[in-house]
Amino acid sequence: MNPEPTVPAAPAGADTLSALEQVWGEIASSEFRGEVRVVVPRDQLFSLLKVLKEKLGFDLLVDITCVDYLHFRDARDRFGLVYLLANTENNRRITVRAFLNDPNPSAPSAVPLWKGANWLEREVWDMFGIRFEGHPDLRRILLPEEFTAFPLRKDYPLQGRGERHNFPVLRRAEG
Amino acid sequence: MPLSRISQPGDRVSQPGDLAHDEAQEYLWTMNFGPQHPATHTTLRLVLKLDGERVVEAMPDIGYLHSGFEKLGEHLDYNQYVTITDRMNYISPMSNNVAWHLAVEKLIGIEVPRRCQYLRVIVAELSRISDHLLCVGAMGLDTGAFTHFLYAFNPREDLYDIFEALCGARFTNSYTRVGGLMYDASPEAIEMIRRFLDGFPRVLGDLRRMLDRNRIFIDRTKGIGLLSREEAINRSCSGPVARASGVTRDLRKDEPYLSYDDFDFQVCCATAGDCFARYLVRIAEMEESAKIVRQAIENLPSGPVNVGPGDRAILPEKRQVFSTIEGLISHFELVMSNRGFEVPVEEVYMATEAPNGELGFYIAGDGSQRAYRARCRPPSFIHFALFPYLIRGHNLSDVVAVLGSLNIIAAELDR
Repeated sequence: MNPEPTVPAAPAGADTLSALEQVWGEIASSEFRGEVRVVVPRDQLFSLLKVLKEKLGFDLLVDITCVDYLHFRDARDRFGLVYLLANTENNRRITVRAFLNDPNPSAPSAVPLWKGANWLEREVWDMFGIRFEGHPDLRRILLPEEFTAFPLRKDYPLQGRGERHNFPVLRRAEG
Repeated sequence: MPLSRISQPGDRVSQPGDLAHDEAQEYLWTMNFGPQHPATHTTLRLVLKLDGERVVEAMPDIGYLHSGFEKLGEHLDYNQYVTITDRMNYISPMSNNVAWHLAVEKLIGIEVPRRCQYLRVIVAELSRISDHLLCVGAMGLDTGAFTHFLYAFNPREDLYDIFEALCGARFTNSYTRVGGLMYDASPEAIEMIRRFLDGFPRVLGDLRRMLDRNRIFIDRTKGIGLLSREEAINRSCSGPVARASGVTRDLRKDEPYLSYDDFDFQVCCATAGDCFARYLVRIAEMEESAKIVRQAIENLPSGPVNVGPGDRAILPEKRQVFSTIEGLISHFELVMSNRGFEVPVEEVYMATEAPNGELGFYIAGDGSQRAYRARCRPPSFIHFALFPYLIRGHNLSDVVAVLGSLNIIAAELDR
């Protein structure tokens, strides 16, 4: 484990940020252990991702995930969407975050930019109930369609709410 | 689950109401593949729309093994959760252990001693060999080469013996700890690894001789499941799947973690992007992994394997706890629920090059002993999303070749 990676991370991070600021303008950013993170309002999320992909070469969408900040210390927003991007040419990374709130948390879908976003967004919808507008096929992916809750939200108990016991049982004769 | 729910016309080949719909329904044949099928190897389900032998459309249906690993990560502490990571990609549990604890150490800000880094490299590379052996073996099995599978399984047995000698468990290793390892490697274990490496080139040669120029195997894999470089990047591929399509991305070289920059090895790539290229990349990677392990064994640094007590990360030895007051205090500090690690209120993402691709953990720390959010970036999940794209237009018998070349591990797929 090396908190300061051997690839010169600190200047690289600063480079990424200044390059982004040249095309995008002022942006809220932070750095922790060599990771550059930027925060963007929900409305500008798609255009920022587009700029990052098309102008700055962040062509690989590593992951889309979400954090529910319900019980987080000093958190003001309910959900934080996290996009992890990487540049396959110079191996730089950037984390884009956008905060969403109840009711009806939703974000623009990134599928027009990356086809790989399809299942990742379906998983976020499945687990957190965040609707991705413009997604071609927003269905649950890991949980059955009958499921009504969003289990990775912090107000969902670890033990579940007994859904499992109420699943319809198919008997051999009926099936 | 009734089949009709999956194959309901929605955004699929035909819409209900249009004239071609009824005809198409009559014409195309729907076939259910899995969830229990010998060629899926694990529990996943595909609904295939067939035009004769040709697959018109494949609709994956996953989630049969979903067990809420990420939810559990919010309720288990940083050391306990390593047992859950064993169960994600259970073909190479060691690399999951390493990936998890690298992420935790990045969050807390610990740098492990060099001996520990080398040992982690050794176990990660051995588990890469183990994973690739299973993948190429099963790929042979699915395409009709049963002997190949058995030849690939023999060395995996030796690898399990090595893991047993290292940590006492064969399958669910849980070998790493925050700031170190469960045990230091014994000289016997090192000797076992050396013996394994001595015999491995012969095994690899056998495997290559059986399939590399095998007419049946080549006919069934070459040109099947084509993935171009652009598509591979656009669809978030990583690991051998991306490298077989010409993406020269290997996190061991590009973002050297642990001490990978000490070793001399090559990134194995191919440009064809078909199932055969993925097979070749995996075979070549095993050779490179053996090279890395050899170098790590020969240059294994001496010294402590765990971080010192000053870092307040690893439990002191029992002898110290029972005989010295400092040992007792540091043990106490760590195990008390209101003490323990000093975790910043921050979020980090740490990626490692696991056998299947980029395996990363996104951890949100909230100052407590448990992760606030423990997201795993599962390569199997991302690669399985490719499947409908890769299989479109191929024959039914190619389904198993493509599945085998992607190396889908359903426990990691569903978590």
